[in-house]
Amino acid sequence: MWRYFIPAAAVLVLGGVLAFALVQIGSGHLDVHEIKSPLLGKLAPGFVLPSVADPTVRVESRALAGRPYLLNVWGTWCAACEEEHPALIAIAQSGAVPLIGIDWRDNRDEAVRYLAQRGNPYREVGSDADGRAAIEWGVYGAPETFLVGANGRVLVKHIGALTAEVWKQKFVPQLVAAGGG
Amino acid sequence: MRVLILVLLATFGVAARAIDTEAAFTDPALQARYDHLIHELRCVQCQNQSIADSPVGLASDLRREVKELLGSGSTDQQIERFMTDRYGDFVLYDPPLTPRTYLLWGAPVLLLMLTLGIAGRVIIRRSRAPLDAEPEDPA
Repeated sequence: MWRYFIPAAAVLVLGGVLAFALVQIGSGHLDVHEIKSPLLGKLAPGFVLPSVADPTVRVESRALAGRPYLLNVWGTWCAACEEEHPALIAIAQSGAVPLIGIDWRDNRDEAVRYLAQRGNPYREVGSDADGRAAIEWGVYGAPETFLVGANGRVLVKHIGALTAEVWKQKFVPQLVAAGGG
Repeated sequence: MRVLILVLLATFGVAARAIDTEAAFTDPALQARYDHLIHELRCVQCQNQSIADSPVGLASDLRREVKELLGSGSTDQQIERFMTDRYGDFVLYDPPLTPRTYLLWGAPVLLLMLTLGIAGRVIIRRSRAPLDAEPEDPA
């Protein structure tokens, strides 16, 4: 009798694991396409980029040192960026943390127009037309949002549109723990 | 059968063709390393293509990065390290052996041993059974 038990138990265990994974994916707790960033906990990459507002001005990571900031990688070509724009504006208005934008592989004029139309949540936006800064940050799909702590380390990375819910659950606790806000 | 071969040829014929039509290097040794590396690196944005095959902007940026690093004398290991430092092990099609990937690498061996064990037990049991006996369930 027991020789039926092992195969049956194996099938049940395997089925259980698969069912659990499917439920996790279905409920959004597990994103199979999301790659854990090797940057988490590490020092944030430095960047020096021409400002979108005025290309003669530079947006520099050095100038941001010592205080937390939120880095948002976006582009006017990116639909999910438009989707998250109101959430970014709400964060900027709350004054919790300054927002720095990296305009990734984009056209400067279109970026200026985009921000004029939809409002500008960013304290500064650097233009990363050739995508070099994005590579340093391990960006693979816009929008991506990073919280950098006062110690200069990457505390949170979020891939995809930022929502009020994600902000509250994923970012705020880290921001509070880091002593910002 | 002939249709199947045609389908396979068509599939792999497309996969083998890279996006770049011009050679990145005039030095054939560097070009060979470049070709090898860009096929080893996954386009993380699309996730099912190497950066050699992907038309998206990020893949072309990463090809440029590989080209520049090779041109400045980096070793293949240094270039792979550059990529995994930023994108994680996932960027490599050939994932390194780390505690996180032990199961991944060990699974084929485990499954093979399990299969051989079960097959062996079934074969031994059946060879012991009298020829005219009822066949047993292959459990």
